[in-house]
Amino acid sequence: MTVAEAPVLAPEAAVMPAPVEEPEAKPRDILIICYSGELEKTWATMILATTGAAMGAKVRVFLTFWGLQTFVKDGRRITGENIMQKMMSAMQRPGISHRKLSKMNFLGMGPWMMRKLAKQYNVSSPQELLAIAQEMGVEFMPCQMTMDMFGLKREDMIDGLGEPVGAATVIGLLQGGDAPLFI
Amino acid sequence: MADQQVDARGLNCPMPIVKTAQAVKALTSGQTLEILATDPGSVKDFAAWSKSTGNELVEQTVDGGVYRFVMRKK
Repeated sequence: MTVAEAPVLAPEAAVMPAPVEEPEAKPRDILIICYSGELEKTWATMILATTGAAMGAKVRVFLTFWGLQTFVKDGRRITGENIMQKMMSAMQRPGISHRKLSKMNFLGMGPWMMRKLAKQYNVSSPQELLAIAQEMGVEFMPCQMTMDMFGLKREDMIDGLGEPVGAATVIGLLQGGDAPLFI
Repeated sequence: MADQQVDARGLNCPMPIVKTAQAVKALTSGQTLEILATDPGSVKDFAAWSKSTGNELVEQTVDGGVYRFVMRKK
């Protein structure tokens, strides 16, 4: 929409005074530890990651345990190398489109209703927010240990993830002053 | 008149802020951006965004449930 097409505001439109605030120094870097794999927590991670980037912060997301499963390609049904790893993926399907709710899952009825409501209220999906986050330069760092334990290979993971790292990288960033979020 | 416009009407959190951040990137310093939103949370959100990014919120009005913000790029 161009400016010319903008709806003209009525003259009686309430005018709120713009707050006069001094801009602060560069915002702190943000480190989100994406530990959980449920739909609602995935959503929270994506909303906070995109908002952090929009507010000018450098945002990194460490993907570990169940949180890493979200970043397996949607099309991968069974992952892992040995039987137990394969059973784990069979019991809990990886991929961002297959997240379950921590409560009220009801065999997929809950997530279906949640997605329906999100659409109705114009809430962007986790998939859309992930694409935006990547576009905005949010850095996603897979946990090497979780990849090993679940038998996940780089080609199982979605494109655009960073190099796998360990806990020392996370602690180092926290010691360096990153604002932590454990989700 | 603003140099650019973002129509975020109907969009919910965090999209008004995300779209604004993306649009501001394309502006040069001193240029203005007009944002229209219907999310009532955007009033506080734009104040916070302005404070964090240093882009000035130069105008803010509301009319019939439509919030209008004008930001100037730092």
